[in-house]
Amino acid sequence: MQFGIFTVGDVTTDPTTGRTPGEAERIKAMVTIALKAEEVGLDVFATGEHHNPPFVPSSPTTMLGYIAARTERLILSTATTLITTNDPVKIAEDYAMLQHLADGRVDLMMGRGNTGPVYPWFGQDIRQGIPLAIENYHLLHRLWREDVVDWEGRFRTPLQGFTSTPRPLDGIPPFVWHGSIRSPEIAEQAAYYGDGFFANNIFWPKEHFQRLIDLYRRRYEHYGHGSADQAIVGLGGQVFMRRNSQDAVKEFRPYFDNAPVYGHGPSLEEFTRETPLTVGSPQQVIDRTLEFREHFGDYQRQLFLMDHAGLPLKTVLEQLDILGEEVVPVLRKEFAARRPAHVPEAPTHASLLAAAAKAEAGQARQAGQARGAAQAEDAGSAR
Amino acid sequence: MSTRRIAVVSAGLSVPSATRLLADRLTAATVDALRERDVQGRAEVVELRDHAHDITNNLLTGFPAAALRRVTDAVAGADAVIAVTPIFSASYSGLFKSFFDVLDQDALTGRPVLIAATGGTARHSLALEHALRPLFAHLRAVVVPTAVYAASEDWGTGGDADRGLADRIARAAGELADLLADRTPTVRKDPYEDPTPFKDLLPGA
Repeated sequence: MQFGIFTVGDVTTDPTTGRTPGEAERIKAMVTIALKAEEVGLDVFATGEHHNPPFVPSSPTTMLGYIAARTERLILSTATTLITTNDPVKIAEDYAMLQHLADGRVDLMMGRGNTGPVYPWFGQDIRQGIPLAIENYHLLHRLWREDVVDWEGRFRTPLQGFTSTPRPLDGIPPFVWHGSIRSPEIAEQAAYYGDGFFANNIFWPKEHFQRLIDLYRRRYEHYGHGSADQAIVGLGGQVFMRRNSQDAVKEFRPYFDNAPVYGHGPSLEEFTRETPLTVGSPQQVIDRTLEFREHFGDYQRQLFLMDHAGLPLKTVLEQLDILGEEVVPVLRKEFAARRPAHVPEAPTHASLLAAAAKAEAGQARQAGQARGAAQAEDAGSAR
Repeated sequence: MSTRRIAVVSAGLSVPSATRLLADRLTAATVDALRERDVQGRAEVVELRDHAHDITNNLLTGFPAAALRRVTDAVAGADAVIAVTPIFSASYSGLFKSFFDVLDQDALTGRPVLIAATGGTARHSLALEHALRPLFAHLRAVVVPTAVYAASEDWGTGGDADRGLADRIARAAGELADLLADRTPTVRKDPYEDPTPFKDLLPGA
């Protein structure tokens, strides 16, 4: 199982001090947080992509390329890549390039983006969000798998004899997760391709996500990629920890109360009851995260949101220390002990490369056997 | 005898409220009218006051808390809706509007709806026609022709020769019962149980 963090990249005033970081400070903080993630033993860092203030990460591969150069093991990912408003050709090229620079430590999470005005800024229309996500991804999927593509669709200039460059590292396209909060179409899409499905469950009650994930699992099996419990599921989480849970609540409450997404709405207590938000001791976070498996089945990737709502960098780094030292080692052990042998790990470049090599060897063996059989038959008929 | 479920949404703020009183009379009249048509009406009353905080929270967070979700599910799953609001500042109350704002956009599509309102003066009775009826038209509901407005003075004229309010209640309830009795009970397609298959999402794939 993979553990990591995902960041929205918001520039938010710290409600306890009234201080707002500058863009440069926030961007550098995101990098520091990513490096810390590797240092404390996490597996994944995923950045959001936004094209409107108060968010800074508009250029994910620039940031991830820089982080790739300064890390050794960390998988670099997105949360999410805008499959609706980005040109799929540019996504194909940017992330293949990143794959080469990062020696394959790259995957992506596709998302639609829910800010209406962003679509026309990129020549699109939010009302076409689902059809854009479907068509653009279909093209992206081909661009990474076919050396020369002829293509014509509704939303983009046609392509004749186009080769996306560079080709994916070792001929292995980056693994793709499809992120969704509510769209059954996206669960269906992920299932159709046998891609991963990331349910960003952090802001909503579990009952909703049980239905969405169940749909993905059922359809994954329907499309012949494996049994429903072998489908590749990722989940979000949102935590704030101190040794003493009352200290965690006290320290986090002003950030919660003023947070851009849910501030000035439900109380911290209501929100922790209704959503995965956990504010308390490391043990409480361990217990709550293990419950996800009971709600959603065995899953492959757990990403935590740690650096939002104006939390200062120092606090975020302390949180990552606790996550890496006290929470994730226990979760790794507990999840591994509970996972049946037939449930796969999340695909990585190495595992996909090994699977491709095995498939090729299998084909070669079959071809060899067929040749051998044909020769034997020839010999037999010659007699 | 077949059964139809009626969700009664009352946006009255005081307890008891004139709005709830009107809602109850409309509900009773509708159940009576259905019985005359050999249909059993089962009403579930939703007092929006009880969910005011959750409705605001839903606007802010984008999801209904568990208690509110039971209510939105009940309204979305009902065969008909009786919606009653006090008239504030020449229109429905903000709470009333907020509730319909957090319902799924297609929750009331094709659903028979009876609209009604209360107010201190009859001068605002047309708010039903210029505010509530367009709201439910937007939600693609089927609104019965008679909308019922009860001003303070209407509560005193029930026994007079001019049985204004009582007649309007009976007429509106009869119209709703006619619509309901003619329809088969609501079955909503569940997109999570029954998703659009990929070949229909991307023709030619």
